[in-house]
Amino acid sequence: MSISMEEVRRTAELARLELDEAELAAFQGELNALLGHFEDIQEVDTEGLDPKPHAVALTSVWAEDEIEEGLSREDALSGAAKTRAGLFIVPTVIEESH
Amino acid sequence: MTGLTAAELSAKLQSREISAQEAAEAHFDRIETIDGDYGAYLLLCREEAMKQAEAAQAMLDAGDAPALCGIPYALKDNIVTKGITTTCASKVLEGWVPPYSASVYQQMQNQGMVLLGKTNLDEFAMGTSTENSAYQLTRCPWDPHCSPGGSSGGSAAAVSAELAPISFGSDTGGSVRQPASLCGVVGFKPTYGRISRYGLVAFASSLDQIGPFGRTVEDTSLAFEAVAGHDRHDSTSLPNAAYSSKELKSGSLKGLKMAIPKELFGDEVDPGVKEVFERGIKKLQAEGAIVSIVSLPSLQLGVTTYYIIAPAEASSNLGRYDGIRFGPRIEEGDHNKSTAMTRGQLFGHEVKLRIMVGTYALSAGYYDAYYHRAQQVRGLMADEMAEVMKEHDVIISPTSPVSSFRLEDDSLDQMALKMLDLCTIPANMGGFPSISIPCGADNDMPVGLLLTGPVMGDEKLLQAAWAAEQALGFVGRRPPIL
Repeated sequence: MSISMEEVRRTAELARLELDEAELAAFQGELNALLGHFEDIQEVDTEGLDPKPHAVALTSVWAEDEIEEGLSREDALSGAAKTRAGLFIVPTVIEESH
Repeated sequence: MTGLTAAELSAKLQSREISAQEAAEAHFDRIETIDGDYGAYLLLCREEAMKQAEAAQAMLDAGDAPALCGIPYALKDNIVTKGITTTCASKVLEGWVPPYSASVYQQMQNQGMVLLGKTNLDEFAMGTSTENSAYQLTRCPWDPHCSPGGSSGGSAAAVSAELAPISFGSDTGGSVRQPASLCGVVGFKPTYGRISRYGLVAFASSLDQIGPFGRTVEDTSLAFEAVAGHDRHDSTSLPNAAYSSKELKSGSLKGLKMAIPKELFGDEVDPGVKEVFERGIKKLQAEGAIVSIVSLPSLQLGVTTYYIIAPAEASSNLGRYDGIRFGPRIEEGDHNKSTAMTRGQLFGHEVKLRIMVGTYALSAGYYDAYYHRAQQVRGLMADEMAEVMKEHDVIISPTSPVSSFRLEDDSLDQMALKMLDLCTIPANMGGFPSISIPCGADNDMPVGLLLTGPVMGDEKLLQAAWAAEQALGFVGRRPPIL
Protein backbone atom coordinates (compact mmCIF):
# COMPACT_ATOMS: atom_id res chain seq x y z
CA MET A 1 0.00 0.00 0.00
CA SER A 2 1.36 3.44 -0.74
CA ILE A 3 0.08 6.80 0.29
CA SER A 4 -0.51 9.61 -2.18
CA MET A 5 0.25 13.29 -1.59
CA GLU A 6 -3.50 13.90 -1.48
CA GLU A 7 -3.85 11.38 1.36
CA VAL A 8 -0.93 12.95 3.22
CA ARG A 9 -2.65 16.36 2.99
CA ARG A 10 -5.98 14.90 4.09
CA THR A 11 -4.35 13.10 7.05
CA ALA A 12 -2.56 16.28 8.16
CA GLU A 13 -5.88 18.12 7.96
CA LEU A 14 -7.66 15.47 10.06
CA ALA A 15 -4.80 15.61 12.58
CA ARG A 16 -4.95 19.43 12.70
CA LEU A 17 -1.32 19.80 11.69
CA GLU A 18 -0.34 22.75 9.51
CA LEU A 19 2.63 21.50 7.48
CA ASP A 20 4.56 23.23 4.72
CA GLU A 21 5.23 21.61 1.35
CA ALA A 22 8.69 20.36 2.32
CA GLU A 23 7.32 18.71 5.45
CA LEU A 24 4.41 17.15 3.58
CA ALA A 25 6.87 15.64 1.10
CA ALA A 26 9.08 14.36 3.92
CA PHE A 27 6.10 12.77 5.66
CA GLN A 28 4.96 11.15 2.43
CA GLY A 29 8.36 9.44 2.15
CA GLU A 30 8.44 8.39 5.78
CA LEU A 31 4.85 7.17 5.82
CA ASN A 32 5.43 5.10 2.71
CA ALA A 33 8.57 3.58 4.23
CA LEU A 34 6.71 2.68 7.41
CA LEU A 35 3.67 1.32 5.56
CA GLY A 36 6.09 -0.84 3.59
CA HIS A 37 7.36 -2.34 6.85
CA PHE A 38 3.77 -2.79 8.04
CA GLU A 39 3.07 -5.24 5.22
CA ASP A 40 4.19 -8.14 7.43
CA ILE A 41 0.97 -8.16 9.44
CA GLN A 42 -1.16 -8.23 6.29
CA GLU A 43 0.09 -11.75 5.71
CA VAL A 44 -1.04 -13.11 9.10
CA ASP A 45 -4.16 -15.24 9.16
CA THR A 46 -6.25 -13.30 11.67
CA GLU A 47 -9.53 -15.06 10.90
CA GLY A 48 -11.43 -15.56 14.14
CA LEU A 49 -8.84 -13.82 16.36
CA ASP A 50 -10.24 -11.46 18.97
CA PRO A 51 -8.77 -7.97 18.97
CA LYS A 52 -6.99 -7.12 22.25
CA PRO A 53 -7.52 -3.47 23.13
CA HIS A 54 -6.23 -3.65 26.72
CA ALA A 55 -3.01 -4.84 28.34
CA VAL A 56 -4.89 -6.29 31.30
CA ALA A 57 -8.66 -6.19 30.88
CA LEU A 58 -10.82 -5.06 33.79
CA THR A 59 -14.59 -4.89 33.64
CA SER A 60 -17.08 -2.63 35.39
CA VAL A 61 -14.67 -0.43 37.26
CA TRP A 62 -16.63 1.80 39.59
CA ALA A 63 -15.37 4.26 42.15
CA GLU A 64 -17.14 4.86 45.44
CA ASP A 65 -19.38 7.89 45.23
CA GLU A 66 -17.36 10.01 47.61
CA ILE A 67 -17.32 13.78 47.72
CA GLU A 68 -13.81 15.12 47.37
CA GLU A 69 -12.17 18.38 46.50
CA GLY A 70 -11.57 18.72 42.75
CA LEU A 71 -9.51 21.27 40.88
CA SER A 72 -10.53 24.81 41.72
CA ARG A 73 -11.64 27.01 38.84
CA GLU A 74 -8.53 29.13 39.38
CA ASP A 75 -6.25 26.07 39.14
CA ALA A 76 -8.05 24.72 36.08
CA LEU A 77 -7.52 28.01 34.29
CA SER A 78 -3.94 28.48 35.46
CA GLY A 79 -2.33 27.13 32.30
CA ALA A 80 -4.54 28.90 29.78
CA ALA A 81 -3.17 31.59 27.50
CA LYS A 82 -6.39 33.65 27.67
CA THR A 83 -9.11 33.74 30.31
CA ARG A 84 -11.87 36.14 31.22
CA ALA A 85 -14.39 36.11 34.06
CA GLY A 86 -13.34 32.60 35.12
CA LEU A 87 -13.66 31.15 31.60
CA PHE A 88 -11.32 29.94 28.86
CA ILE A 89 -11.35 32.34 25.94
CA VAL A 90 -11.70 30.56 22.61
CA PRO A 91 -12.12 32.00 19.14
CA THR A 92 -15.54 32.06 17.51
CA VAL A 93 -16.20 28.72 15.87
CA ILE A 94 -19.87 29.08 14.92
CA GLU A 95 -20.44 31.76 12.36
CA GLU A 96 -23.67 33.64 11.86
CA SER A 97 -25.68 32.37 8.90
CA HIS A 98 -26.77 34.86 6.35
CA MET B 1 27.51 9.70 49.55
CA THR B 2 26.14 9.76 45.98
CA GLY B 3 27.76 6.37 45.30
CA LEU B 4 25.56 4.68 47.91
CA THR B 5 22.57 2.62 46.88
CA ALA B 6 19.13 3.69 48.08
CA ALA B 7 19.17 0.75 50.51
CA GLU B 8 22.53 1.86 51.97
CA LEU B 9 21.45 5.50 52.10
CA SER B 10 18.21 4.49 53.79
CA ALA B 11 20.10 2.68 56.58
CA LYS B 12 22.18 5.82 57.23
CA LEU B 13 19.11 8.06 57.18
CA GLN B 14 17.12 5.80 59.48
CA SER B 15 20.02 5.57 61.97
CA ARG B 16 20.37 9.38 61.59
CA GLU B 17 24.03 9.04 60.71
CA ILE B 18 23.26 11.51 57.93
CA SER B 19 20.36 13.89 57.42
CA ALA B 20 17.89 14.13 54.54
CA GLN B 21 19.20 17.63 53.82
CA GLU B 22 22.78 16.32 53.56
CA ALA B 23 21.67 13.56 51.19
CA ALA B 24 19.89 16.06 48.94
CA GLU B 25 22.78 18.57 49.05
CA ALA B 26 25.33 15.89 48.13
CA HIS B 27 23.30 15.03 45.03
CA PHE B 28 22.77 18.66 44.01
CA ASP B 29 26.53 19.25 44.38
CA ARG B 30 27.32 16.35 42.08
CA ILE B 31 24.62 17.38 39.59
CA GLU B 32 26.02 20.90 39.47
CA THR B 33 29.55 19.59 38.99
CA ILE B 34 28.96 17.05 36.23
CA ASP B 35 25.46 17.19 34.75
CA GLY B 36 26.52 19.93 32.37
CA ASP B 37 28.39 17.12 30.58
CA TYR B 38 25.48 14.64 30.55
CA GLY B 39 22.26 16.65 30.40
CA ALA B 40 20.22 14.17 32.42
CA TYR B 41 18.10 16.85 34.13
CA LEU B 42 15.84 19.33 32.36
CA LEU B 43 14.97 21.08 35.60
CA LEU B 44 16.30 21.05 39.17
CA CYS B 45 13.93 21.86 42.02
CA ARG B 46 16.40 22.73 44.77
CA GLU B 47 14.15 25.02 46.77
CA GLU B 48 11.23 22.59 46.81
CA ALA B 49 13.63 19.68 47.48
CA MET B 50 15.10 21.34 50.56
CA LYS B 51 11.57 21.84 51.92
CA GLN B 52 10.78 18.19 51.26
CA ALA B 53 14.09 17.17 52.91
CA GLU B 54 13.24 19.18 55.98
CA ALA B 55 9.85 17.49 56.26
CA ALA B 56 11.54 14.11 55.72
CA GLN B 57 14.01 14.78 58.51
CA ALA B 58 11.15 15.60 60.87
CA MET B 59 9.60 12.21 60.00
CA LEU B 60 12.95 10.46 60.54
CA ASP B 61 13.47 12.22 63.87
CA ALA B 62 10.01 11.18 65.01
CA GLY B 63 10.88 7.52 64.27
CA ASP B 64 8.95 4.85 62.31
CA ALA B 65 9.55 6.62 58.97
CA PRO B 66 8.88 4.74 55.68
CA ALA B 67 11.84 2.84 54.16
CA LEU B 68 12.64 5.47 51.53
CA CYS B 69 12.01 8.54 53.71
CA GLY B 70 14.65 11.15 52.89
CA ILE B 71 15.82 9.36 49.72
CA PRO B 72 16.39 11.71 46.80
CA TYR B 73 14.98 10.73 43.41
CA ALA B 74 14.31 12.04 39.89
CA LEU B 75 11.16 11.98 37.76
CA LYS B 76 10.86 11.83 34.00
CA ASP B 77 9.39 15.13 32.84
CA ASN B 78 6.15 13.56 31.59
CA ILE B 79 4.98 12.92 35.17
CA VAL B 80 3.08 15.94 36.44
CA THR B 81 4.23 17.73 39.57
CA LYS B 82 1.99 20.41 41.07
CA GLY B 83 3.70 23.78 41.01
CA ILE B 84 6.77 22.40 39.16
CA THR B 85 7.10 22.88 35.39
CA THR B 86 6.30 19.77 33.34
CA THR B 87 7.14 19.91 29.64
CA CYS B 88 7.28 16.37 28.23
CA ALA B 89 10.40 17.81 26.52
CA SER B 90 8.00 19.49 24.09
CA LYS B 91 7.59 23.11 22.99
CA VAL B 92 3.84 22.44 23.13
CA LEU B 93 4.02 22.41 26.93
CA GLU B 94 6.83 24.93 27.34
CA GLY B 95 6.55 26.58 30.73
CA TRP B 96 3.43 24.65 31.77
CA VAL B 97 3.03 24.47 35.54
CA PRO B 98 0.57 21.66 36.37
CA PRO B 99 -2.26 22.46 38.83
CA TYR B 100 -2.22 18.88 40.21
CA SER B 101 0.23 16.08 40.99
CA ALA B 102 0.56 12.57 39.61
CA SER B 103 -0.44 9.92 42.13
CA VAL B 104 3.13 8.56 42.21
CA TYR B 105 4.53 11.99 43.10
CA GLN B 106 1.90 12.46 45.79
CA GLN B 107 2.66 9.00 47.24
CA MET B 108 6.39 9.71 47.37
CA GLN B 109 5.81 13.08 49.00
CA ASN B 110 3.70 11.34 51.64
CA GLN B 111 6.62 9.01 52.33
CA GLY B 112 9.12 11.84 52.73
CA MET B 113 11.01 11.18 49.51
CA VAL B 114 12.85 14.14 48.03
CA LEU B 115 12.38 15.17 44.38
CA LEU B 116 15.69 16.46 42.97
CA GLY B 117 14.40 17.37 39.52
CA LYS B 118 12.75 16.45 36.25
CA THR B 119 14.68 14.46 33.67
CA ASN B 120 15.02 14.67 29.91
CA LEU B 121 13.11 12.43 27.49
CA ASP B 122 12.20 12.05 23.85
CA GLU B 123 9.33 14.48 23.25
CA PHE B 124 6.16 12.91 24.69
CA ALA B 125 8.22 9.73 25.28
CA MET B 126 8.39 9.02 21.55
CA GLY B 127 11.81 7.71 20.67
CA THR B 128 14.65 5.40 21.59
CA SER B 129 17.59 7.79 22.01
CA THR B 130 16.30 10.88 23.90
CA GLU B 131 17.45 12.87 20.84
CA ASN B 132 13.84 13.86 20.13
CA SER B 133 13.81 16.18 23.15
CA ALA B 134 12.99 19.74 22.07
CA TYR B 135 15.44 21.07 24.67
CA GLN B 136 18.71 19.18 24.95
CA LEU B 137 20.73 16.06 24.28
CA THR B 138 21.41 13.57 27.06
CA ARG B 139 24.67 11.64 26.97
CA CYS B 140 25.42 8.10 28.08
CA PRO B 141 27.60 8.17 31.21
CA TRP B 142 29.64 5.25 29.81
CA ASP B 143 30.60 7.27 26.72
CA PRO B 144 29.43 10.87 26.30
CA HIS B 145 29.52 10.53 22.50
CA CYS B 146 26.78 7.93 22.80
CA SER B 147 23.06 7.93 23.49
CA PRO B 148 21.64 6.93 26.88
CA GLY B 149 18.79 5.24 25.00
CA GLY B 150 15.21 6.39 25.35
CA SER B 151 12.72 7.57 25.82
CA SER B 152 13.50 7.79 29.57
CA GLY B 153 17.17 8.56 28.79
CA GLY B 154 17.46 11.30 31.42
CA SER B 155 16.20 9.11 34.24
CA ALA B 156 18.52 6.24 33.22
CA ALA B 157 21.57 8.52 32.86
CA ALA B 158 20.83 10.21 36.22
CA VAL B 159 20.95 6.90 38.08
CA SER B 160 23.94 5.62 36.10
CA ALA B 161 25.98 8.80 36.72
CA GLU B 162 25.04 8.74 40.43
CA LEU B 163 23.01 11.95 40.11
CA ALA B 164 20.16 10.19 41.95
CA PRO B 165 20.04 6.76 43.60
CA ILE B 166 16.66 5.99 42.03
CA SER B 167 14.43 7.54 39.38
CA PHE B 168 11.23 6.91 37.49
CA GLY B 169 10.40 6.77 33.82
CA SER B 170 7.54 5.53 31.67
CA ASP B 171 7.59 2.47 29.43
CA THR B 172 5.27 2.19 26.44
CA GLY B 173 7.39 -0.09 24.26
CA GLY B 174 10.64 -0.31 26.22
CA SER B 175 11.27 3.28 27.30
CA VAL B 176 12.42 2.28 30.80
CA ARG B 177 14.16 -1.02 30.02
CA GLN B 178 16.08 -0.04 26.86
CA PRO B 179 17.78 3.06 28.39
CA ALA B 180 18.48 1.03 31.55
CA SER B 181 20.27 -1.49 29.34
CA LEU B 182 22.31 1.15 27.51
CA CYS B 183 23.25 2.95 30.75
CA GLY B 184 24.15 -0.19 32.72
CA VAL B 185 21.43 0.14 35.36
CA VAL B 186 18.27 -1.76 36.33
CA GLY B 187 14.95 -0.68 34.79
CA PHE B 188 11.61 -2.27 35.57
CA LYS B 189 8.23 -2.12 33.85
CA PRO B 190 5.73 -3.65 36.29
CA THR B 191 2.51 -5.43 35.36
CA TYR B 192 0.22 -2.91 33.65
CA GLY B 193 -1.97 -1.44 36.39
CA ARG B 194 0.28 -1.93 39.42
CA ILE B 195 1.49 1.68 39.38
CA SER B 196 -1.13 4.38 38.86
CA ARG B 197 -0.94 6.25 35.55
CA TYR B 198 -2.87 9.22 36.98
CA GLY B 199 -0.73 12.23 36.14
CA LEU B 200 1.48 10.42 33.64
CA VAL B 201 0.98 12.42 30.45
CA ALA B 202 -0.70 9.92 28.13
CA PHE B 203 1.11 8.62 25.05
CA ALA B 204 -0.52 5.22 24.33
CA SER B 205 -2.80 4.55 27.26
CA SER B 206 -3.18 0.79 26.80
CA LEU B 207 0.61 0.32 26.82
CA ASP B 208 1.96 3.12 29.09
CA GLN B 209 3.30 2.09 32.49
CA ILE B 210 5.44 4.03 34.98
CA GLY B 211 8.54 2.14 36.09
CA PRO B 212 11.53 2.64 38.43
CA PHE B 213 15.29 2.71 37.79
CA GLY B 214 17.98 1.73 40.31
CA ARG B 215 21.61 0.66 40.31
CA THR B 216 20.60 -2.63 41.94
CA VAL B 217 17.53 -4.86 41.77
CA GLU B 218 17.01 -4.23 45.48
CA ASP B 219 16.81 -0.45 44.98
CA THR B 220 14.47 -0.91 42.03
CA SER B 221 12.27 -3.18 44.12
CA LEU B 222 12.18 -0.63 46.98
CA ALA B 223 11.27 2.15 44.53
CA PHE B 224 8.49 -0.04 43.08
CA GLU B 225 7.20 -0.76 46.58
CA ALA B 226 6.99 2.98 47.30
CA VAL B 227 4.58 3.66 44.42
CA ALA B 228 2.74 0.37 43.73
CA GLY B 229 -0.89 0.15 44.75
CA HIS B 230 -4.47 0.63 43.67
CA ASP B 231 -5.51 4.16 42.81
CA ARG B 232 -9.14 5.16 42.35
CA HIS B 233 -8.05 7.99 40.04
CA ASP B 234 -6.91 5.46 37.42
CA SER B 235 -9.64 3.15 36.13
CA THR B 236 -7.01 0.73 34.77
CA SER B 237 -5.35 0.42 38.19
CA LEU B 238 -5.44 -3.19 39.44
CA PRO B 239 -7.22 -4.09 42.69
CA ASN B 240 -4.34 -5.95 44.37
CA ALA B 241 -1.56 -3.76 43.08
CA ALA B 242 0.44 -3.24 46.29
CA TYR B 243 3.89 -4.82 46.45
CA SER B 244 6.36 -5.74 49.20
CA SER B 245 10.14 -6.19 48.86
CA LYS B 246 10.24 -8.47 51.88
CA GLU B 247 10.76 -11.76 50.00
CA LEU B 248 13.07 -10.31 47.32
CA LYS B 249 16.25 -11.98 48.54
CA SER B 250 14.68 -15.40 48.78
CA GLY B 251 15.11 -15.57 44.99
CA SER B 252 17.19 -18.43 43.60
CA LEU B 253 18.22 -19.62 40.16
CA LYS B 254 18.19 -23.26 41.19
CA GLY B 255 15.68 -25.04 38.97
CA LEU B 256 14.38 -21.74 37.55
CA LYS B 257 13.03 -22.38 34.05
CA MET B 258 14.06 -19.74 31.52
CA ALA B 259 12.88 -19.59 27.91
CA ILE B 260 14.75 -17.73 25.14
CA PRO B 261 12.46 -16.95 22.17
CA LYS B 262 14.58 -17.48 19.08
CA GLU B 263 12.73 -14.61 17.40
CA LEU B 264 14.41 -12.18 19.85
CA PHE B 265 17.85 -13.63 19.29
CA GLY B 266 18.20 -13.56 15.50
CA ASP B 267 20.17 -11.50 12.99
CA GLU B 268 18.86 -8.20 14.39
CA VAL B 269 21.01 -8.77 17.48
CA ASP B 270 24.54 -7.40 17.26
CA PRO B 271 27.28 -10.09 17.54
CA GLY B 272 28.92 -8.30 20.50
CA VAL B 273 25.60 -8.22 22.37
CA LYS B 274 25.01 -11.89 21.54
CA GLU B 275 28.37 -12.84 23.01
CA VAL B 276 27.74 -10.96 26.27
CA PHE B 277 24.25 -12.47 26.49
CA GLU B 278 25.58 -16.01 25.93
CA ARG B 279 28.29 -15.53 28.57
CA GLY B 280 25.57 -14.31 30.94
CA ILE B 281 23.41 -17.35 30.26
CA LYS B 282 26.33 -19.64 31.16
CA LYS B 283 26.64 -17.88 34.53
CA LEU B 284 22.93 -18.34 35.18
CA GLN B 285 23.15 -22.02 34.22
CA ALA B 286 26.11 -22.48 36.53
CA GLU B 287 23.83 -21.39 39.37
CA GLY B 288 21.18 -23.94 38.41
CA ALA B 289 18.96 -22.12 35.90
CA ILE B 290 17.37 -24.38 33.27
CA VAL B 291 17.51 -22.54 29.95
CA SER B 292 15.69 -23.62 26.81
CA ILE B 293 15.10 -22.14 23.37
CA VAL B 294 11.47 -21.66 22.35
CA SER B 295 9.71 -20.25 19.32
CA LEU B 296 7.05 -17.53 19.51
CA PRO B 297 6.53 -16.65 15.85
CA SER B 298 4.22 -13.68 16.48
CA LEU B 299 6.99 -11.75 18.28
CA GLN B 300 8.49 -10.98 14.85
CA LEU B 301 5.41 -8.85 14.27
CA GLY B 302 5.85 -6.89 17.50
CA VAL B 303 7.52 -3.81 16.00
CA THR B 304 4.83 -3.40 13.32
CA THR B 305 2.03 -4.04 15.79
CA TYR B 306 3.48 -1.49 18.19
CA TYR B 307 4.03 1.15 15.51
CA ILE B 308 0.36 0.93 14.57
CA ILE B 309 -1.26 0.70 18.01
CA ALA B 310 0.91 3.25 19.83
CA PRO B 311 0.60 6.02 17.20
CA ALA B 312 -3.15 5.32 16.88
CA GLU B 313 -3.64 5.88 20.59
CA ALA B 314 -1.19 8.81 20.55
CA SER B 315 -3.02 10.56 17.71
CA SER B 316 -6.11 10.56 19.91
CA ASN B 317 -4.35 11.40 23.20
CA LEU B 318 -2.38 14.28 21.68
CA GLY B 319 -5.54 15.81 20.26
CA ARG B 320 -5.81 17.82 23.48
CA TYR B 321 -2.86 20.07 22.60
CA ASP B 322 -4.60 23.00 20.96
CA GLY B 323 -3.05 25.83 22.93
CA ILE B 324 -6.34 26.74 24.63
CA ARG B 325 -6.10 25.17 28.09
CA PHE B 326 -2.33 24.80 28.43
CA GLY B 327 0.84 25.69 26.58
CA PRO B 328 1.52 28.48 24.13
CA ARG B 329 -0.82 29.21 21.21
CA ILE B 330 -0.07 30.66 17.82
CA GLU B 331 -2.93 32.89 16.65
CA GLU B 332 -3.43 33.10 12.92
CA GLY B 333 -6.71 33.16 11.05
CA ASP B 334 -9.68 31.23 12.42
CA HIS B 335 -9.77 28.68 15.25
CA ASN B 336 -8.90 25.66 13.11
CA LYS B 337 -6.04 27.47 11.42
CA SER B 338 -4.62 28.67 14.77
CA THR B 339 -4.87 25.19 16.26
CA ALA B 340 -3.17 23.60 13.25
CA MET B 341 -0.45 26.28 13.28
CA THR B 342 0.14 25.74 17.02
CA ARG B 343 0.43 21.99 16.58
CA GLY B 344 2.34 22.14 13.30
CA GLN B 345 4.96 24.52 14.64
CA LEU B 346 5.35 23.38 18.24
CA PHE B 347 5.33 19.57 17.92
CA GLY B 348 8.65 18.05 16.85
CA HIS B 349 9.07 15.92 13.73
CA GLU B 350 8.81 12.47 15.36
CA VAL B 351 5.66 13.42 17.28
CA LYS B 352 4.05 14.75 14.11
CA LEU B 353 5.06 11.61 12.23
CA ARG B 354 3.41 9.40 14.83
CA ILE B 355 0.26 11.54 14.89
CA MET B 356 0.15 11.18 11.10
CA VAL B 357 0.67 7.40 11.23
CA GLY B 358 -2.00 7.02 13.90
CA THR B 359 -4.51 9.28 12.18
CA TYR B 360 -3.99 7.39 8.92
CA ALA B 361 -4.27 3.95 10.59
CA LEU B 362 -7.56 4.97 12.21
CA SER B 363 -9.05 6.71 9.18
CA ALA B 364 -11.99 5.36 7.22
CA GLY B 365 -10.93 2.63 4.82
CA TYR B 366 -7.72 1.73 6.64
CA TYR B 367 -8.98 0.91 10.13
CA ASP B 368 -9.50 -2.80 9.42
CA ALA B 369 -6.22 -3.30 7.57
CA TYR B 370 -4.12 -1.62 10.24
CA TYR B 371 -5.58 -0.89 13.66
CA HIS B 372 -8.03 -3.78 13.95
CA ARG B 373 -5.52 -6.26 12.55
CA ALA B 374 -2.76 -4.97 14.85
CA GLN B 375 -5.04 -5.53 17.84
CA GLN B 376 -5.66 -9.09 16.69
CA VAL B 377 -1.90 -9.68 16.42
CA ARG B 378 -1.46 -8.08 19.84
CA GLY B 379 -3.79 -10.74 21.26
CA LEU B 380 -1.85 -13.44 19.47
CA MET B 381 1.45 -12.21 20.94
CA ALA B 382 0.05 -12.05 24.47
CA ASP B 383 -1.45 -15.55 24.13
CA GLU B 384 1.77 -17.09 22.80
CA MET B 385 3.76 -15.56 25.65
CA ALA B 386 1.26 -16.61 28.31
CA GLU B 387 1.38 -20.15 26.91
CA VAL B 388 5.20 -20.31 27.22
CA MET B 389 4.94 -18.95 30.77
CA LYS B 390 2.85 -21.95 31.77
CA GLU B 391 5.94 -24.13 31.32
CA HIS B 392 8.63 -21.57 32.17
CA ASP B 393 9.17 -19.10 35.01
CA VAL B 394 10.59 -16.32 32.87
CA ILE B 395 11.16 -15.40 29.23
CA ILE B 396 14.66 -13.98 28.65
CA SER B 397 16.47 -12.19 25.83
CA PRO B 398 18.90 -9.32 25.36
CA THR B 399 17.09 -6.07 26.30
CA SER B 400 18.31 -4.20 23.25
CA PRO B 401 19.67 -5.68 20.01
CA VAL B 402 22.60 -3.22 20.26
CA SER B 403 24.59 -1.52 23.01
CA SER B 404 24.72 2.28 23.03
CA PHE B 405 25.14 3.98 19.65
CA ARG B 406 26.63 7.33 18.70
CA LEU B 407 24.50 10.45 19.08
CA GLU B 408 23.34 12.23 15.93
CA ASP B 409 24.27 9.26 13.77
CA ASP B 410 22.54 9.82 10.43
CA SER B 411 23.26 6.28 9.29
CA LEU B 412 20.56 4.98 11.63
CA ASP B 413 17.32 5.27 9.70
CA GLN B 414 13.87 5.53 11.28
CA MET B 415 13.21 1.82 11.07
CA ALA B 416 16.64 0.87 12.50
CA LEU B 417 15.85 3.03 15.55
CA LYS B 418 12.43 1.43 15.83
CA MET B 419 13.93 -2.08 15.74
CA LEU B 420 15.66 -1.21 19.03
CA ASP B 421 12.32 -1.97 20.69
CA LEU B 422 12.11 -5.48 19.24
CA CYS B 423 12.75 -7.32 22.51
CA THR B 424 10.94 -4.95 24.87
CA ILE B 425 7.65 -4.43 22.98
CA PRO B 426 6.14 -7.89 23.65
CA ALA B 427 5.80 -7.24 27.41
CA ASN B 428 3.77 -4.06 26.83
CA MET B 429 1.41 -5.89 24.48
CA GLY B 430 0.30 -8.32 27.18
CA GLY B 431 0.82 -6.06 30.21
CA PHE B 432 3.55 -8.44 31.46
CA PRO B 433 6.08 -7.33 34.09
CA SER B 434 9.54 -7.06 32.55
CA ILE B 435 12.93 -6.01 33.91
CA SER B 436 16.32 -5.20 32.40
CA ILE B 437 19.42 -5.88 34.48
CA PRO B 438 23.06 -5.39 33.45
CA CYS B 439 24.37 -8.62 31.89
CA GLY B 440 27.94 -7.53 31.14
CA ALA B 441 29.79 -5.18 28.80
CA ASP B 442 30.79 -5.23 25.16
CA ASN B 443 33.84 -3.01 24.57
CA ASP B 444 33.13 -1.34 27.91
CA MET B 445 29.54 -0.53 26.91
CA PRO B 446 26.81 -2.15 29.04
CA VAL B 447 24.52 -4.87 27.68
CA GLY B 448 21.22 -5.65 29.39
CA LEU B 449 19.46 -8.92 30.11
CA LEU B 450 15.66 -8.80 29.87
CA LEU B 451 13.49 -11.00 32.07
CA THR B 452 9.71 -11.10 31.59
CA GLY B 453 7.13 -12.90 33.72
CA PRO B 454 3.37 -13.47 33.81
CA VAL B 455 0.79 -10.80 34.69
CA MET B 456 0.89 -10.14 38.47
CA GLY B 457 4.07 -12.22 38.69
CA ASP B 458 6.14 -9.13 39.63
CA GLU B 459 7.23 -10.63 42.97
CA LYS B 460 8.69 -13.80 41.44
CA LEU B 461 10.16 -11.88 38.51
CA LEU B 462 12.03 -9.50 40.81
CA GLN B 463 13.26 -12.43 42.90
CA ALA B 464 14.59 -14.09 39.74
CA ALA B 465 16.19 -10.81 38.65
CA TRP B 466 17.82 -10.40 42.05
CA ALA B 467 19.26 -13.93 41.88
CA ALA B 468 20.44 -13.35 38.30
CA GLU B 469 22.10 -10.10 39.36
CA GLN B 470 24.10 -11.95 42.01
CA ALA B 471 25.25 -14.52 39.41
CA LEU B 472 26.14 -11.96 36.72
CA GLY B 473 28.41 -9.90 38.98
CA PHE B 474 28.03 -6.54 37.22
CA VAL B 475 27.06 -4.57 40.35
CA GLY B 476 29.88 -2.28 41.42
CA ARG B 477 31.06 -1.52 37.87
CA ARG B 478 30.78 2.23 37.38
CA PRO B 479 30.89 4.43 34.30
CA PRO B 480 34.20 6.26 33.75
CA ILE B 481 33.16 9.58 35.35
CA LEU B 482 35.41 11.76 37.53
